[in-house]
Amino acid sequence: MAAASASSSSPSLIDTLFQRSLDDLIRVLRSSSSAALEAAAIARALDEIRREIRSPDLDTKVVALQKLTYLASLHHFDMSWAAFHALELLPSTSLPQPRAAYLAASLSFHPSSTDLLPLATHQLRKHLAPSPSNSPAVAAPALHLLALASSPDLARHLAPDLLPILSNQSSNPLRPKAVATALRVLAVCPDTAPVLFKPLVECLSLSSDPRAVSAAIGAFCELALAAPDPSPYLPLAPEFYRLLVDSRNNWVTIKVLKIFARLAPLEPRVAARIVDPVCQLLRRFTAKSLVFECIRTVFSSLLDHDAAVRLAVDKIKEFLASDDDPNLRYLGLQALNMLGPAHSWAVEDSREVVIQSLNDTDTNIRREALRLIMGMLCDSNVVDICNMLIKYAIKSDPEFANEILDEVLATCGRNVYELIVDFDWYVSLLGEMVRNPHFAKGDEIERQLVDVGLRVRDARPELIRVARNLLIDPALLGNPFLCKVLSAAAWVSGEYVEFSRNPLELVEALLQPRTNLLPPFVRAVYVQAVFKILAYSFISFIEQIQAGESLAIGNSLNQRGGKQEGSDLVAAKSSSDQNNAFEIGDGVATADKAILFDSIEKQETFKHESISCLLNLIETVVGPLSECGEVEVQERARNVLGLILIIRGTQFWNIEEGHELTRDNKITKMVELMESAFSEELGPVSTNAQKRVSVPEGLILNENLSELLDILGDDDINPCASVSFSLRNHHSTETNQDSATAIEPNSLLAEHRKRHGLYYLPMDKDKSESNDYPCANEPLLPVSHGEDTEDIVKLPAQSLIPEKAKPTKPRPVVIRLDEGDGVSSSNLSTAKESKDDMLSGAIRDVLLRNEKKPSSTHKTSSDRTSQRRENDGSENSELISQQKESNSFGDREHGKSSSRKSRHHHKERIESSGQNRDNEEKSHRHSAKSSHHHRRHKHRQRGDAPLDIVPQSPVIQDFLL
Amino acid sequence: MIHFVILISRQGKVRLTKWYSPYQQKERSTVIRELSGLILSRGPKLCNFVEWKGYKVVYRRYASLYFCMCIDPDDNELEILEIIHHFVEILDRYFGSVCELDLIFNFHKAYYILDEILIAGELQESSKKAVARLIAAQDSLVETAKEEAGSISNMISQAI
Repeated sequence: MAAASASSSSPSLIDTLFQRSLDDLIRVLRSSSSAALEAAAIARALDEIRREIRSPDLDTKVVALQKLTYLASLHHFDMSWAAFHALELLPSTSLPQPRAAYLAASLSFHPSSTDLLPLATHQLRKHLAPSPSNSPAVAAPALHLLALASSPDLARHLAPDLLPILSNQSSNPLRPKAVATALRVLAVCPDTAPVLFKPLVECLSLSSDPRAVSAAIGAFCELALAAPDPSPYLPLAPEFYRLLVDSRNNWVTIKVLKIFARLAPLEPRVAARIVDPVCQLLRRFTAKSLVFECIRTVFSSLLDHDAAVRLAVDKIKEFLASDDDPNLRYLGLQALNMLGPAHSWAVEDSREVVIQSLNDTDTNIRREALRLIMGMLCDSNVVDICNMLIKYAIKSDPEFANEILDEVLATCGRNVYELIVDFDWYVSLLGEMVRNPHFAKGDEIERQLVDVGLRVRDARPELIRVARNLLIDPALLGNPFLCKVLSAAAWVSGEYVEFSRNPLELVEALLQPRTNLLPPFVRAVYVQAVFKILAYSFISFIEQIQAGESLAIGNSLNQRGGKQEGSDLVAAKSSSDQNNAFEIGDGVATADKAILFDSIEKQETFKHESISCLLNLIETVVGPLSECGEVEVQERARNVLGLILIIRGTQFWNIEEGHELTRDNKITKMVELMESAFSEELGPVSTNAQKRVSVPEGLILNENLSELLDILGDDDINPCASVSFSLRNHHSTETNQDSATAIEPNSLLAEHRKRHGLYYLPMDKDKSESNDYPCANEPLLPVSHGEDTEDIVKLPAQSLIPEKAKPTKPRPVVIRLDEGDGVSSSNLSTAKESKDDMLSGAIRDVLLRNEKKPSSTHKTSSDRTSQRRENDGSENSELISQQKESNSFGDREHGKSSSRKSRHHHKERIESSGQNRDNEEKSHRHSAKSSHHHRRHKHRQRGDAPLDIVPQSPVIQDFLL
Repeated sequence: MIHFVILISRQGKVRLTKWYSPYQQKERSTVIRELSGLILSRGPKLCNFVEWKGYKVVYRRYASLYFCMCIDPDDNELEILEIIHHFVEILDRYFGSVCELDLIFNFHKAYYILDEILIAGELQESSKKAVARLIAAQDSLVETAKEEAGSISNMISQAI
C-alpha cells in the first residue's frame, strides 16, 4: 500500500512512455475468459489509471481518463473521484483533450453529487462564447454537459451565455443544441425563464432554420407536457397551428400534436380549430408514428368531435388487424384503453380482436387486452365479463391466470365494490377463483372475503355457504397458496355461524385431520372458529330448551309429560318424524356418530345428543392441540377445552330431564356471558381510524427504537412470508408437533373418510404419505393455445356493452365509512409539482407580461395594422393571467365589476377580430417577435412596479381566428 | 423525453449507456440489470415495448445488439423506434456496415455520434447526411490537432 501510494504520487516517465492505450485495455478485457480474470484485469487497470491520471503530462492524463470513462460507463465503476481530473483537462488547447474531458464529465457527472462543476463555470463560459477560436467541436460538448449535469446555480450563471447561440439567425449547427440545453436549464432553474424564454419563442418563427424549429418544438412539447397547468403556452397556439399545417417534418408534427393534445382541453376553440388538420393527417399520411399520434390526440383531447373519433377508431381497427406487426396491435389496444366507458361502442366494434388478444403470444399484448376489458366493466356487464375471464383464467398459463385474477379482484373491489350489485354472485365468484389451478392470490381473496362479510350484511348467508364449500374440501388444505383463503373462510364460518344451515358440519370440516397441514396461524383461526361455533350451538340449544319449556308450561302439563326434552317440542314442529327417533343416550362418552350425522343431514335444530357428540369430537381433536408448540394455537385450544369443561361441569350433563336444566343459574349465566362475548358485530375499520386517535401525552412517536435491535436477535424474526411448495417438510414438522393428532381415534378418521370419500386416495397411501394428495382441482383441460382461441371467442356470447334491461334485485347495503376511506393523499409528487409550478409561473410572466401593454395605450392606439394584433395578444395574455389570478385569489372581490369588464372586452374583441381578418397571417408571424423587441425594456420596468390586478371573467381570446 | 439509451448485447454485455435523466451510479447498474433481464428474455416477433416502473422501454434488436430507449408513458413509441433506426443507420453509414466490434473499439465515437442525434433526451438532427458531415468535420479537426500534438511531443521528447 505504501509502495503503491509512493509510486502513485510520482508517475514516472516509464509510465508515460509505456502507458497502455484504451484499445489495449479493451483487448485485455475481451481476452479474459472468466469473470474472475476480468475483475482482476479491471482492478489492475484501475490501479494504473489512478497513477497515470495524476501525471503532469496531459496526453497521459487523457488516455487514463478515457480508460476510466470506458470502465465507468460500461462496467459501472464509480469515477466521481476523478471529476477534478476531467475538469483539469478542459482548458487544454489541443482539441481531443477537452473533448475527452467533456465526454467523461457528461457521462459521469451527477447534478446532485458532483460539487466540483462550479469550478468549470469560467471554462464553460469561454467555450460557449461565440469567438472564431472556438470550434463547434468544443462548444457542442460544453452545451451537452450543461444540459446533463448542471446544478441550479450553474444554470443561473450560464444562462446568459446561451443567448448569443440561441438568437443566432444563421443555420448554426449549435443553435438546436442550445435550444435543448436551454430546456434543461429552464427545468433545473425556473428563474432563468425571463432570459431564455423569448429566444426560444423566436426559434419557432418562420425565418428560423428548420433544425432550430424542430428543436424548439421539442422543447415546448417537453415544457407543456411537464407543466401541471399548460395554460401559459396558450398564447403560442397560433405558431403551433402554423407548424401543424405547414410542417413537412413528421417529427415536428408529432411534437406539435402532443402540445395541442395538452392545450385543446383548456380552450374549446383550439380544439375546434385543429380537428380538420388532424383528420387530414389521419387520412393522408401513412407513417404509422404520425397516425398513431393523431389517434392519441383525438382520443385524449378531441372526444367531442364525433367524426374525428370515428375516423380514429377506423384507424385503430387497421392497427388491430395487422397480424404481422405486434407493435401496432399493442398500440391499438393501448389507444382503445384511452377511450373509457363513454365510448364503449369502439371496443364493442372490435370485440373479437380484443378477446382474441387475450390469447396472444406476447404477454404485453395480453395484458393490454385484459386492461382494456377491465376498463369496460360497469355494473351491468360485470357479471358476464368476470365469469368469462375466470373461465378463461383456468385455461391460461399460470402467470397470466394470476394477472387476470388480480385484475378482476382489483376492479371489483375498487372503491368499496362499487361495481357489484349482486353480492351473492360475487362471493361465489371469489370461491370459484380459489379453484383455479394456478391460484396464488390468497392475500387479496382473504381480505375481500372478510371485508365483504363485514360490510355487506345481505351477503353473509352466501358467504358462509362459500366458506363451507372451501372448508369441507380436504384437497384444498395441502396447497400453501390457499391457506390464507382458508383462514378467511374459517373466520367467516365462526363469525357468521348463525347463517349456517348446519353448524355441526362446519365443526367437522374445521377439525378434519388434514388441517394439521395448515400453518399455525391459520390453525389458530380454525380453533377460534370452532370455539365460536361451539358457543353458538350451545347457546341456541339452551334457548331452544328455554323456549320449549315455556311452551310446555303454557301448553299445560298434560300434553307430553316429562318424557321428552323440551328441545323436541320445538323440533317436532318442523319435522315430526324426529320425535320418535330421539332417545336419550346414556353413553355420553361413546358418542354415536350416526345420530350426529343423521341430525346434520336432516338439518334440524340442536339436540342434546348432537351437542354431546359435538363436545366429544371437539375434545378429541382439540385436546392434543393444547400441548401444541405454537402459543396461538395452544392458547385457543385451551380456551375451547375450558369452555367444554365448564359445560360439562354444569348439571346439564347429569340431569336428563330438561325441565330442571334451565333452573340452573350457572347455565343461564354462562349463556349470558357467551352471548355477550360474541353478540357484538364486528364492523369494517376506516383506513383513517388510526389518524383520529389522538396521541396521548408524554408519548414520543418518533423516539429512536434502534436499541431494540440488540434485544431482537435475527433469529426472532420468522420468515414465514415466503411461500414455497415444501409440503413434505412442512407436514413432517407438523406431525412432530402434535403427534397426538395423528393417533386420532380410527373411528373418527374412518368417519371422515366415509363422508369425504371422493377426495381420498386409496386406503394405505393416504396414511403413509398424505402429501401426495391431489392438488386442489387438477386442471381440467391442458393448456393448449391452439383450440383455446375458438373457445374464447365463443365465451363472450354476451357483449361488452352494458345491456339496458336488467331485472336485478336491488343492491344490498354496503357499509362505507367516511369518504376519505381508502383515499390517501400522496405527497410524492408535490415537490416536483411545485417546481413545475414555479417554471410555468415564470414562463407565464415572461410570455404574458411581455405582450401586455398598459391598457391606456391599447385603448387609445390608432395604429391598426400590426398594433391591433399586438393588442389582441396582449389582451389574451391579460385575460389569461387575470383569469389565473382570479382563480387563485378566489372571486372574493368585484363580482359585479368583473362581469361588466368581461362584457366590455368581449365587445372590443369582436370589433377587433373584424379588423384582424385581412392581415391575420402576417401579423401572426411577426407579432410575437416585434412585441418582444419593442418592449424589452418596458417589461423590465414593469417588473418592479406592483401589478395592479383587475379581476376579469375568464374569457380567452380566440387565438386562431 | 428519452431518459436513457442503453445498448446491450445478446449475452447481456453493456455496449453503450447514456443517461439523460440523473441516475446515480448504483441506480444505473440496477436499471441495466433489471432491463436486460426483462428484454433479453423476450422472444422474437413480440412487440418492441416493455412497461417498466411507470416508464416505457422501447427496444429493437439489430443482429446481436439490443438498442433500448426509456421514455415517458405519453411519448410516441413508434417515433422512438424510428429514432433507434435512425441512429443505427447513421452508425452503419459511419462505420460501413457496423458491427458490435466497431462499437466496442470505437466506443467514444459512438458517443459522439449519439450526441449529435440526441441532446438532453430530445432528437436534434433528423438528417443523416448532416450528422455524417458534422462527425466527419469533427474527426478531421481532431486528426489535425492530434498530428500537431504528436509533432510537438516528438519535438519535446527529442529535446529531452
